[in-house]
Amino acid sequence: MSAPVPNGAYGPVPRKEDARFIRGRGMFVDDLQLPGMLYGAILRSPLPHARITAIDTVAAEAHPRVEAVFTGQDLAALGLAWMPTISQDAQAVLATDKVRFQGQEVAFVVAQDRYSARDALELIHVEYEPLPVVADAERALDAGAPVIRDDLPGKADNHIFDWEAGDRVATDAVFAAADVVVSQDMLYPRSHPAPLETCGMVADMDPVSGRLTLWSTSQAPHAHRTIYALVAGLPEHKIRVVSPDIGGGFGNKAPIYPGYVCAIVGAMKTGRPVKWVEDRSENLMSTTFARDYHMRGEIAATADGRVLGLRATVLADHGAFNATAQPTKYPAGFFHIFTGSYDLQAAHCQVTAVYTNKAPGGVAYSCSFRITEAVYLVERMMDILARELGMDPAELRMKNLLQPEQFPYTTPSGWEYDSGDYPRALTLAMDIAGYGELRREQAEKRERGEYMGIGISFFTEGVGAGPRAHMDILGLGMADGASLRVHPTGTAVLGVSCQTQGQGHETTFAQIVAGELGLSPDDIEVVHGDTDRTPFGLGTYGSRSTPVSGAAAAMVARKVRERARIVAAAMLEVSPDDLEWAGGKWRVRGDPDKAKGIAEIAMAAHSTLELPAEVEGHLDADFVYNPPNLTFPFGAYICVTDVDPGTGQVAVRRFIAVDDCGVQINPMIVEGQVHGGLADGVGMALMQVIAFDADGNCLGGSFMDYLLPTSVECPSWELGHTVTPSPHHPIGAKGIGESATVGSPPAVVNSVMDALAPLGVVHADMPLTPANVWSAIQGRHMRTDLALT
Amino acid sequence: MQITVTVNYAVYTREVEPRLLLIHFLRDELGLTGSHWGCDTSNCGACVVWMDELPVKSCTVLAAMADGRRVLTVEGLERNGQLDPVQEGFAHCHGLQCGFCTPGMMLTARWLLDHHPDPTQAQIREALSGQVCRCTGYENIVRSVQWAAQHHGDDGRGGHRSESGGVE
Repeated sequence: MSAPVPNGAYGPVPRKEDARFIRGRGMFVDDLQLPGMLYGAILRSPLPHARITAIDTVAAEAHPRVEAVFTGQDLAALGLAWMPTISQDAQAVLATDKVRFQGQEVAFVVAQDRYSARDALELIHVEYEPLPVVADAERALDAGAPVIRDDLPGKADNHIFDWEAGDRVATDAVFAAADVVVSQDMLYPRSHPAPLETCGMVADMDPVSGRLTLWSTSQAPHAHRTIYALVAGLPEHKIRVVSPDIGGGFGNKAPIYPGYVCAIVGAMKTGRPVKWVEDRSENLMSTTFARDYHMRGEIAATADGRVLGLRATVLADHGAFNATAQPTKYPAGFFHIFTGSYDLQAAHCQVTAVYTNKAPGGVAYSCSFRITEAVYLVERMMDILARELGMDPAELRMKNLLQPEQFPYTTPSGWEYDSGDYPRALTLAMDIAGYGELRREQAEKRERGEYMGIGISFFTEGVGAGPRAHMDILGLGMADGASLRVHPTGTAVLGVSCQTQGQGHETTFAQIVAGELGLSPDDIEVVHGDTDRTPFGLGTYGSRSTPVSGAAAAMVARKVRERARIVAAAMLEVSPDDLEWAGGKWRVRGDPDKAKGIAEIAMAAHSTLELPAEVEGHLDADFVYNPPNLTFPFGAYICVTDVDPGTGQVAVRRFIAVDDCGVQINPMIVEGQVHGGLADGVGMALMQVIAFDADGNCLGGSFMDYLLPTSVECPSWELGHTVTPSPHHPIGAKGIGESATVGSPPAVVNSVMDALAPLGVVHADMPLTPANVWSAIQGRHMRTDLALT
Repeated sequence: MQITVTVNYAVYTREVEPRLLLIHFLRDELGLTGSHWGCDTSNCGACVVWMDELPVKSCTVLAAMADGRRVLTVEGLERNGQLDPVQEGFAHCHGLQCGFCTPGMMLTARWLLDHHPDPTQAQIREALSGQVCRCTGYENIVRSVQWAAQHHGDDGRGGHRSESGGVE
């Protein structure tokens, strides 16, 4: 079941990162203090849709501690009033013509201290001419709806794109022949990643050398550097992006935000370093949100529970600018993986995206490019089908799961899953849960009028984007580099392009290299988050660090190992072909006493030892890893809830999570990643939502309104795992960062719906707040994304 | 206005604006950046420090209110080169990932263990419920505090604050 562990390097070793964090000695962007540093602040629109008729900054400029004030017009003179989004739309850096969402950036102040910068915002006077608002995505395409993007030539509606995948005709045929068809409308409401550290930057321009250094909350420092070079026309070799310690990302720190551009302009204008750090409301109201998918699912099956086909029709709310993050070819991300973990004959999905007067973004929040929405749809539909058929939802899933011998498996919408043993994972989850006993307990409780729910979800993730021929962000192929320098004394420095935000790369990547080279992880330093010190790559999001950069780390170590082989052969005076890699050393075949480890070889490689003419000396190497395919982690989750029918309050009593992420490098870190994702899922299912009122006011603009799960809402997680190595990844790893966020929300919702089954409740949308659950019990459907008066 | 605050056993006198928040005093004036700012609204607890005997959210305390008081931050947990058991527990049990909430969590945990040396899991969860962690799902934070409780005081570490009348 377990894959071999190279040289004992894998395992639950403590993290290298912790020593600084437990002492309060991390270095986050806002911790940075530079001599002469100034502070920036952004004036934001109070209105969601309005024409700007005048901006008066005279009073702000007269503030004694203000160094600079600029507006969209000032940026327009520099050609920087607009910037490209990751989806190749344009987004206003500072509004010139009109504002399109509440919280949009209107002006930027640079002052000598934080508080004065804020004071000066109050002195800017903006005249707005309010415009009608599109707050409801379902009305965005109505005839006569206000046109939000009248900046786009010829744009006369709020339509962004239509996109489809799968086979419509085949799916229609399967549905026509099915015994049973059920359908359900469901909303995956707008959520926000809300990392505890908000976004920010310190920008510093050296006027003599022209060097621009940007300390930035970036999950993708190299990609950001390239985009700054392209947008601002700055020479790329003069830009250094440093992502220091990052206080959580979850996708929120993948894009470039207007505040970053403003900080750069502020530094260039004043000739002094400028720090800009947004506050919590700015983070929640203006930076990239997640989900906002209005979905209709239809599922077709035989009377005995063989699933035949699936349809999904989606209305995607992308906000005021199309700034979703996904590989260019896939405007709806990887949503078309929506057939999930099941063996069905045909499927078709259709996605239409629209502009609304809401913050731009989308995709972000540990979602693996929309797989979160896809898994939610199929897992809700499986439960609704099970109820329609009168089948146990576990039995229905077991009957339809892909079987181990079907891998590699090509889905009806074209994905090739690499490996899996799905029934084993579900069986293990049911064993840990004591599934039969739980059902007996539930039956007894129902007799007594108590509402206990058992919810299952089974998910297949797709991570590690991706093959560069098919996947790019703004034209940058999604391959990642690694560099490995081995010092003469046998310690090493690994440079990687990805950027940890808490995932523990400094530890796990050292373990990977240690495993390949027979070194101790303690002897390997991992450098990341600094474009001057690391090779190019697209960064950390979509659970891609281990699948892509982890593979690059293993491959560059193998390259070093092969170089070491030639040196070892010279040291041992044998042919390289006579050597085998065993026990962490190059060893003469048949003569195990004659062997050289990497440390000895490294010294020799830097010495006067005579080497074959074709060998350069030293052991250092570089590698660029271009993934042949995504990796496909999977898992089976079971959630047990108790619902108070009088108040609608949901308590998560137990949560069992069985994950398979292939080979685990550090099981302690894997477990921690799953724990965090489960809390995210419980939060999304029960409390987190960025809702709006009919006038477009954001109702989730602080942590008083945007509720996050705490230690008392979370149960003690019960984990299990299986190990099915990825056949194409160098060390068989698959990635784990987002699995639990993807897999857990449907388990919670399925559990609550199961609890309410005796009351006839089939579906309610997330978040399942007490008011929402209570409404569902009364037979009323609540729109959770809109407060309609 | 002038304030004098004892922070981590050292006395600081500074001229500050009356509206200056304690978190900004600690971070920007004293350079103690281990305490973090996260939300402005007392919800997240990234800014928790001790003021005299109690954990407080320093984003909603004015620096002026700390005048004449004793403040303990994460930088003061380690004494004489010896980590607090809470710090060791967090590292030992993987109680942190990004590390942003960790200082506040550890200071609340220290307060809990000073008052309840052998807390139940429910007591730990209740004590930490005013603070948010976005990474760990809380499970390993609870284990970290339990670890610290089990490794408490054998060699004189931990518990040294309240017993000596708060911060010395």
